[in-house]
Amino acid sequence: MSTRENCDKVLLVQADFDGELDAQQSAALVTHRETCPYCREAWAQLSDTRNALRRGATYHSASDALRRRLDRQLAVAGMVPVVTHPRPSATGTGGLLAWWRSLVGFGLGAAVATVAVLMLIQPVPSGDIADLVMENHIRSLQPGHLVDIASNNQHNVKPWFDGKIDFAPPIKNLADQGFPLEGGRLDYLKNREIAALVYRGGQHLINVLVWPADGASEPPQLLERAGYNIIHWQEKDMTLWAISDLNTAELQNFVALWRTHP
Amino acid sequence: MHLDAAHNLARWILRDPTDAEDVVQEALLRAFSYFPSFRGTNARAWLLQIVRNAAYGALKKKRGIHLVRLGENAEEAGENAELADPADDPEVHLIRSEAQRQIDALLQQLPLELRECVILRELEELSYKEIAEIIEAPIGTVMSRLWRARRLLSKASAGASVS
Repeated sequence: MSTRENCDKVLLVQADFDGELDAQQSAALVTHRETCPYCREAWAQLSDTRNALRRGATYHSASDALRRRLDRQLAVAGMVPVVTHPRPSATGTGGLLAWWRSLVGFGLGAAVATVAVLMLIQPVPSGDIADLVMENHIRSLQPGHLVDIASNNQHNVKPWFDGKIDFAPPIKNLADQGFPLEGGRLDYLKNREIAALVYRGGQHLINVLVWPADGASEPPQLLERAGYNIIHWQEKDMTLWAISDLNTAELQNFVALWRTHP
Repeated sequence: MHLDAAHNLARWILRDPTDAEDVVQEALLRAFSYFPSFRGTNARAWLLQIVRNAAYGALKKKRGIHLVRLGENAEEAGENAELADPADDPEVHLIRSEAQRQIDALLQQLPLELRECVILRELEELSYKEIAEIIEAPIGTVMSRLWRARRLLSKASAGASVS
């Protein structure tokens, strides 16, 4: 029904205006507009509004600072995909790379290439270790389980581990960077004794689980289990798993700081 | 470029430059991580959906979603627009005409669920199908929200130029 106040075809007129209709439907609506003053007026208003918006409304492009920050985070952390369920890579790194390029543009080619190479050589980690890490983290949050030695001085924590385990875990205090060391814990995971280092980031706790590993170093890989973010990497003959309820960006920041800390 | 689209959407949803950058950063890192499990064909819509969800999460966390109604008070509308826009380049401010400031202010005042539709359609030039995917609503909802948004904008700008 069409009157001067309303017309039940007006949403179709709008769809026509937005280029959503095929030629036949569109032609029918052109005819309709000739006889419907309401829809004729609606078309004119749609057109005015579009002109005003496209000419006047601010388009908030991403700042260069944001672009650089994202790029740096991904490159520094050697970001690779979350592997919730390992599967044959159908999309593949080519798809990811193409998408990432379309996302950040081509100005960052070198960094993008670095990320791509890291991803190509990155093996899919076995899911069961990540599950064990997650369970260990949750268990540590139970009352009385978090630390065996509570100290925010790495020079107390380090000797405490001596003689209790057959390796020397790398212990760093990141208090100056906003992640104070809370203490250490002797734990058991995957049939071996491991060292757990506990850090605090604001209201959040971070467990860094460490044990010896053979083989090459591996760049950090982000995973997620049960809402916890996990970053796994390998360096200096140690395998390391950082887990926390910190958000992705903050945990990546923590790991980047930890790795670059002397 | 998708990054610009992501930022533009977050900025128009949140109306705050710092919040928008935080949301985009978090959402993009997450999207990048999830990408291997993405099986759709439209990566831009998928990304914008993640950004939108993150933005809504941030809004909820910060102050609960409050929807400012259009045209309640024209002066207040102008003030809000200035407040919500503190980080703009001063140079941009100078060269931006009165009419442009006005259209930004009108957009800022639109209820959130209408504003995001009109941003996605008019500034990002997305199809109804893509918008429906991003806001997780049927196409019919997209059509009626777009219509309401445009009518409010059209009425408000007519009213503003008369006064």
